[in-house]
Amino acid sequence: MDLLGFARGPALKVALAVFCVGVVWRIVGFALLRIRRDFNKPRNSIIKFMIAGVATVGSRSWPHPEFIGRTGAGEALGYSYHIGLFIVVLLFTPHIIFLGSLFGFTWPGLPSSLITVVSVLTLTLFLAVLFRRVTNPVMRMLSNFDDYFSWFITALVIVTGLAATAHLGGPYQTLLAVHILSVDVLLVWFPFGKLMHAFYIFPSRAINGAVLARKGAVS
Amino acid sequence: MSEATGVLPADLAPGQSETPQARVASAMKGFAQEIGALSAFRLESCIHCGICADACHFYIATEDPQYTPIWKVEPFKQAYKREASPFAPLFRLFGLKREVTADQLEHWQHLLFDSCNMCGRCSLICPMGIDVSALIEQARHAMFDAGLAPKELYQKAAHQHATGQPEPSAEPYREQLLSIGERFGVDIPLDKPAADLMLCVPRTDIEHYPSAVAALARVMQHLRISCTFRSDGLVAENYGYYAGGKNWQRDISLRLIEQAIACNAKTLLVPECGHAYTALRWEAADLYGKPLPFKVRHVTEFLADELRAGRLKLSAAATGKTTFHDPCQLVRKGGINDAPRELMTAMGIELSELKNHGGFSFCCGGGGGVLDIERAAPLRYRTMENKLREIDDTGAKTFLTSCSDCRRTFDDAQAHFTWDKAPRSLLELVAANLSVGGNGT
Repeated sequence: MDLLGFARGPALKVALAVFCVGVVWRIVGFALLRIRRDFNKPRNSIIKFMIAGVATVGSRSWPHPEFIGRTGAGEALGYSYHIGLFIVVLLFTPHIIFLGSLFGFTWPGLPSSLITVVSVLTLTLFLAVLFRRVTNPVMRMLSNFDDYFSWFITALVIVTGLAATAHLGGPYQTLLAVHILSVDVLLVWFPFGKLMHAFYIFPSRAINGAVLARKGAVS
Repeated sequence: MSEATGVLPADLAPGQSETPQARVASAMKGFAQEIGALSAFRLESCIHCGICADACHFYIATEDPQYTPIWKVEPFKQAYKREASPFAPLFRLFGLKREVTADQLEHWQHLLFDSCNMCGRCSLICPMGIDVSALIEQARHAMFDAGLAPKELYQKAAHQHATGQPEPSAEPYREQLLSIGERFGVDIPLDKPAADLMLCVPRTDIEHYPSAVAALARVMQHLRISCTFRSDGLVAENYGYYAGGKNWQRDISLRLIEQAIACNAKTLLVPECGHAYTALRWEAADLYGKPLPFKVRHVTEFLADELRAGRLKLSAAATGKTTFHDPCQLVRKGGINDAPRELMTAMGIELSELKNHGGFSFCCGGGGGVLDIERAAPLRYRTMENKLREIDDTGAKTFLTSCSDCRRTFDDAQAHFTWDKAPRSLLELVAANLSVGGNGT
């Protein structure tokens, strides 16, 4: 079996298995902890605070006007590279074919040249994010191995993807194998680190919104 | 552990180890076991973006990263990951998360008590939606169990738990209450066997603002409400809440709950005290273990209800341009935003809002017991400067609030900064502008 066969064969299967089992275990692991019943009488009806919870999923996507002056630029940077990642992952035709083999359906993609431009922009934003993390005293203090490794492995996937698309640095088959192997490593790492926020972000916002709305407070 | 840090041993159970490290280890294990799914989810969700710092007045005033709200629970995140998270065995096996040490927690006492008002502003900024202040409250419980509650809070909680009063007084509060009635010429309903409404009082008002106590009694008298104070459940504040002593918090709340039940009260009325409202309105039933058999209302909510029902009429108050400080525990953590504004509107007050008001208001700086911690004063003053500037910027002549601890914090700032404004009580203003035509005579 050549390197490419290994990367998209057994390595990918193992990585997907670790990803699926790990994600489920990480969620079940805390979800099964005790859930305290709140005996304090709510100010709002359950329907109202559930609606507020769902609304907070959207509203917390952008800072409240009171905070925007201090956090707007940082959040814009954060969202920009996420959008770039989504475009590259979900709208690059070879990715769509791969995802289609997993899910059983496909969708239209964007031209490769456009994806390349977006990838380069996303990589640039990634570097800016890293620069910010190491130069901002608050972020530097909070950061640990998880933050840097999650950054590294995601950036590596973009770099190897760009190299494979541009046929830079070696034979295409090898470059593609390295790209897929980097994705395999990312999938294995995913449940153990902060990349899990992809699964947490919406329920976490919804819970915060519902808890505050239960009291009649703004969220 | 050094006395200089204000550390006092908390309420140790018989047979519990008294060595600091053993106590810390036990407290952290207890924290991890008690954490529950919701708080675990909050700890799991942090992406280390640091955005919460930009909501915190301690960070904004100092630009010191250690005041980043989520950093204040860092040892507890460490304990959770090591003891209770889904991958806890891996963290322990490979030594990825070390045990939290007594020295580490001793440093964190400053971050969890001196530099956090539990105001909840950080919970509105987090893009992941983490309620950091809820985590801090749980962390304070563990600090208390580890014997790391600051001495001022611990002593007041211990005294209140034992006697009902946070501090000894020359004359018991019951007698002081009756004296206030005599001095201000108002009836103090006390120890009636039955009443629709049970009243309680902030000890801050008894000691510093007796006119606010008289105002409460005067308004009740005016509205002809069946109400009573109870000698065995007078104090509204809960120092168990401040200190992180959950069992003490429960017992202190129980004192009021039992008295409200004893007099068949339909409502327990919380006076102008923010943390008392949180402790009674949003936490007491959980500690009681079942729903309370009466309503808990803040006095501004109650008066706004009376206003809407037409039983309370108010005359115009000559306050000139006025601004209002929203106590965090009432608005951001309690949902009382409109009631004080309705009362001000009814008095024809020209309200000039603070730049950050309502749910986004900055804390006065004294909440969460910070006002009581002596060594925290320099940092508190530094933090308050921004708030005082906001108040000055409104150009208001009158400055109102509806929490006596906020009022005391601002009064203290007035003396410290020789500031030209003094906070006034909204309740006192209402009492001074009662008008005939409602239930009043």
